[in-house]
Amino acid sequence: MGSVKFRTYHEVPGEDASGLLDQVFALRQRVQARLGRVNRLVAIASGKGGVGKSHVTALLALELRRLGKSVGVLDADLHGPTIAKLLEARGPLEIDEHEVQPATGREGILVFSTDLLLNDQQPLTWREIEPGGRVPSAECRVPSSENFLFRGPRESNVLRESLADVAWGDLDFLLVDLPPGTDRLEDLASLAPSLSGVLVVTLPTDESRRSVARAMHAAAASGVRLLGIVENMSGYACPTCGTTGPLFQGDAGAILASEFAVPLIAKIPFGRFPFPLSPFPLDQFLELLP
Amino acid sequence: MKFLCIDCDQQMRFEERAVPGDGTFAASFRCPTCDRSIALLANPMETQLVESLGVRIGGTTLDTPPLAMVRSSVEGRDDAFVDTAATAGPRAAWSKEAEERLSRVPGFVRGMVKRIYGEYAAERGIAVITPDVMDRARTDLGLEGM
Repeated sequence: MGSVKFRTYHEVPGEDASGLLDQVFALRQRVQARLGRVNRLVAIASGKGGVGKSHVTALLALELRRLGKSVGVLDADLHGPTIAKLLEARGPLEIDEHEVQPATGREGILVFSTDLLLNDQQPLTWREIEPGGRVPSAECRVPSSENFLFRGPRESNVLRESLADVAWGDLDFLLVDLPPGTDRLEDLASLAPSLSGVLVVTLPTDESRRSVARAMHAAAASGVRLLGIVENMSGYACPTCGTTGPLFQGDAGAILASEFAVPLIAKIPFGRFPFPLSPFPLDQFLELLP
Repeated sequence: MKFLCIDCDQQMRFEERAVPGDGTFAASFRCPTCDRSIALLANPMETQLVESLGVRIGGTTLDTPPLAMVRSSVEGRDDAFVDTAATAGPRAAWSKEAEERLSRVPGFVRGMVKRIYGEYAAERGIAVITPDVMDRARTDLGLEGM
């Protein structure tokens, strides 16, 4: 400090006037209160895009429903939401002063997704809002080139609100379909200490293996339990004769399973969704859950 | 965040928060000893940064409606939500001027804002919501900017 002497933040004993930390804590408590009625919270993730996380999530949700479990799916892939379409969930969503009702999809699976909020083919874009909800005039807005500064916190808060404010009710399973990468997984682990673990999806290829391995290392470093691997598009299932032929080269699922000492839960062939027969050995999956 | 009156070595108290309407927000703090007050003036970038965190400067508690950020900040379809609270029970009518003012609220959050004014009117037995009623509600409920 310069010539002026004054006490520092920690030396001033009074409460923070805005209570920002208390506010953040209260927001997180809302998440935990909501998830207190969810028995198992499972993330589905990958380090790579286009591996079929959403297909795997939808398939797992349908198989769990087949076992009579109550299931919700939160589509956390804000920029590429597909779960609502896969599970045939439609809006509008009912909302009151306390909560928003999720959409109901195939087999009664509860769904919340930005896909239900956006116009068809409309990308996710953010509106600049003043405190209180008014849109500032164009000349008062932050230049769009600087919007990247707010994108991360906003997307994290969409995840928080989707967990806290959606009326998930009493669920056996809430599956969270995450976007590629590990940022949202870390957010989820931070928001929801009750996270049971993450199911990791890969393609058979070596390129996929490398990306997914990075994500798995990041997940493990964040303290997230690795439940197992699903190798998707593992061969091509002929819709006519039912036989499975080769599609991609590689054995990424088995290699990752060995490297991280987790089970290779399923190898799912490429085919038309949903598959006529379950490729998910659900008993094995359920045994993995803490 | 704390504001310290250096002369008095006293933490200043939060007094008021304001949204001047130019993309910024302001908050005033007063020293309980010498009564000097200062204003915190946040630029548009700082304002958006705080908003993106879902917290409120000057607010020690939050009672935010569900999906507050999603509904206010995501450019989405106007019919994404059906406000069941707004469609239940007797409702006050809206004057043409009030409707026009409401139309300037972003579509994604308009239903929520309309419901707040509707509840305010219902609780007070107001039959018609006018801009004057909206101003009173804004003052009574602390709804700056709505």
